[in-house]
Amino acid sequence: MSDVLAATSTSAEAWGLVPAVLVVITAGLVLALVVAAVDSAVVTGRGLGTAAEPLRSGSRLLLEERRTTLAPDRLLWRVGGGVVPVAALLSLAVVPFGGRTLWSTSADLVWFNAMEALLWAAVWIVGWGPNSLHSLVGGYRFLAQGLAYELPLMFSLIGVGVAAGSLRTTDIVVAQSDLWFVVTMPVGFVVFVTSAAAFAFWGPFAAPAGGDIAGGVTSELSGPDRLLLQLGRAVFLGAAAAMAVALFLGGDSGPWLPGFAWYVLKTAAVIVALISWGRRLPVLRPDRTVEVAWIVLVPVTLLQTLIVAVLAVTGFYG
Amino acid sequence: MVDVSTWSLVVVAVLGVLAVALGVAVFVVDSMARATFALLGSFLAVAGILLVFDLVYLAVVTALMMTIEMAVMAVFMIMFMMNPAGLMPMSMVHNQRGSAGVGVVTFVVLVIGIWTVDWPPRTGALPEDSTRQLGEAIMGSHMLVMLVIGIALFGTILAGTVLATARGRYDRFGPDLSAARPSDPVEGGMGR
Repeated sequence: MSDVLAATSTSAEAWGLVPAVLVVITAGLVLALVVAAVDSAVVTGRGLGTAAEPLRSGSRLLLEERRTTLAPDRLLWRVGGGVVPVAALLSLAVVPFGGRTLWSTSADLVWFNAMEALLWAAVWIVGWGPNSLHSLVGGYRFLAQGLAYELPLMFSLIGVGVAAGSLRTTDIVVAQSDLWFVVTMPVGFVVFVTSAAAFAFWGPFAAPAGGDIAGGVTSELSGPDRLLLQLGRAVFLGAAAAMAVALFLGGDSGPWLPGFAWYVLKTAAVIVALISWGRRLPVLRPDRTVEVAWIVLVPVTLLQTLIVAVLAVTGFYG
Repeated sequence: MVDVSTWSLVVVAVLGVLAVALGVAVFVVDSMARATFALLGSFLAVAGILLVFDLVYLAVVTALMMTIEMAVMAVFMIMFMMNPAGLMPMSMVHNQRGSAGVGVVTFVVLVIGIWTVDWPPRTGALPEDSTRQLGEAIMGSHMLVMLVIGIALFGTILAGTVLATARGRYDRFGPDLSAARPSDPVEGGMGR
């Protein structure tokens, strides 16, 4: 394993810091656009004809004038709105594109998880900032949801770390050269993707921005602020899909095609599967989604981790 | 001495000042939400310092735990405040004379300690993977301590919840615990 470590350098070392950062930002924006386009195509049911709609509405938001509320906490509101897309992009720093991550640490998995935690503090601030009832209710809903889905997500990440014997994403991809982790950790994979949807409060988990509270955390956002939040959610969903490919679906391994093509294909497949499945469910009440997380997902992921740990001790993962 | 470049020193100094400034801000701002997230900013600056020292796991886990902790704390602090909305002016400062005394004494003790203790020089080299070393320490020689702390923390959480909750199993399942379905104010999602 240490030979492999020495052989893979980070993309910042290989291409220089600025190009590598630009690549990650571009990848994040492309992922966000793909997520938004697929979402728009699935929701409207009019196929790829509506794929350009997110671009149109995005540029409209960019030009829209900001509205404000009475006595908002403007500092926190702006900071929260800015942190959402930044944390989503930062989580991409440890996702291995083309076999390289922007920066490689001995704790990549924890880094990804920390960015997610930042995201949910930021969303609460966005709900708090405008001094408005519906927005604050949305913020509290999101906090309850984030807390409930944090543990299942951590346990599914722990399973991956135990099996690979490393928290470094490039090591995790290498460890799957014989067998993709999704085979021994199907529960972990499903829970990871589900929790990502919960953290992006998207699909069945969209109650924090639900119509019953006039849009919740998004209710008072307008113009560039709304664009930043929506962008952050889309980037994060895309980043989680790309991360799921690296953690469970063997990263860029695959026959005939070059590795990068496989990575893109698998990521697109995860995004399409997640969105077409998630959009079949109605928006669920937060007390329901939260109880499902505590009572079903936590024990199930714990059991999954136990199985992985036993397999790892018996030398199954090599 | 540890070999650190000038850049690292500058970054550590800037983050250190930021951590202290945000820590002061906690007691200066007049809103509970701002105080909470000023404290989070202070912790994140400390996490940044750990990152500069190449202690990635400790840095990231500090950021992770503190973010979750502060987000949960914001809920409780705002809930238990005199004005639940938290947007009215408030103060984090109580018992000013006493706390100033404690602060000055602590500061003096720490400064004297830092400058008079004969710190040992580093023996051995920087480990290649500090995360692995930390994991081996926690799961090896310090296993007992960590287990005891873990169980104590978990016991505290359970005790706190038991003391705080107004509803117990007799409220949910009836005086002789015979109800087939609990009566809960919020039904939840599992059809119980």
